[in-house]
Amino acid sequence: MENFQVIDNCLMVKLPEEVDHYQAGYICQEADRFLMEENVCHVVFDFEDTVFMDSSGIGIIMGRYKKIACLGGKVYAINVGRQIRRILDLSGMSALVEVLA
Amino acid sequence: MNNEMELLFDARSTNEGLARVAVAAFVAHLNPTLEELSDIKTAVSEAVTNAIIHGYGNLQGYSRHGEVRPSAGDYFPGKVRLACKLADGVLDVTVEDQGKGIEDISKAMEPLYTTMPELDRSGMGFAFMEAFMDHLEVESSPGKGTRIHMRKKMTSGSWIPGEE
Repeated sequence: MENFQVIDNCLMVKLPEEVDHYQAGYICQEADRFLMEENVCHVVFDFEDTVFMDSSGIGIIMGRYKKIACLGGKVYAINVGRQIRRILDLSGMSALVEVLA
Repeated sequence: MNNEMELLFDARSTNEGLARVAVAAFVAHLNPTLEELSDIKTAVSEAVTNAIIHGYGNLQGYSRHGEVRPSAGDYFPGKVRLACKLADGVLDVTVEDQGKGIEDISKAMEPLYTTMPELDRSGMGFAFMEAFMDHLEVESSPGKGTRIHMRKKMTSGSWIPGEE
């Protein structure tokens, strides 16, 4: 199950098992709410539980990146497995996002 | 062994999961690698999502627990047809809708091009289908619908010899 947590100035987003279009709306909405209401500078996406992601996941990351990059924030992807890594590489996201296995 | 299956479902976002799991199960007996399986699931997910949100414009269900996002409109009834064929270790997947169709296919296939940036769509759908499958064909006529055909050679080959 996805969840959101603010630690210092970082928003931690734990992504669900499957990140698809169906799940994406809620995640974007909630993440943006935290970005607006809390004093958040960086966003960390945690892929620990995630076994499937399609381009909807790229949309989630890209959208959050656009929102915080102009204010000097950074986006991180952690616990990235092989499949997720391929998707991030293929979409060029690994150039914008700090990817940590 | 040759095998075929067909699945017809409502154009609702919840069914994206159904579609990719069905295709994964369909090829499971070939003992595909995790990578192959994930490639196929991603490609199917992209095609089906496109049919639902672009073909039929069904954006609701675009949230958890049946909550509807304000930007989500009415439900436009429609069906998505998913057909799979396995012959000689080659998987053919067809995803078909009777939705609004695509005006400019080559524009739609450009990476990062999306008609729905406000919904955080990345515009990578067709790029992923192309990258993860060996062959991609898009037929569409505006007002009539779209048919996506994808093909992938399964490295695990055909049925284990001696079992038939």
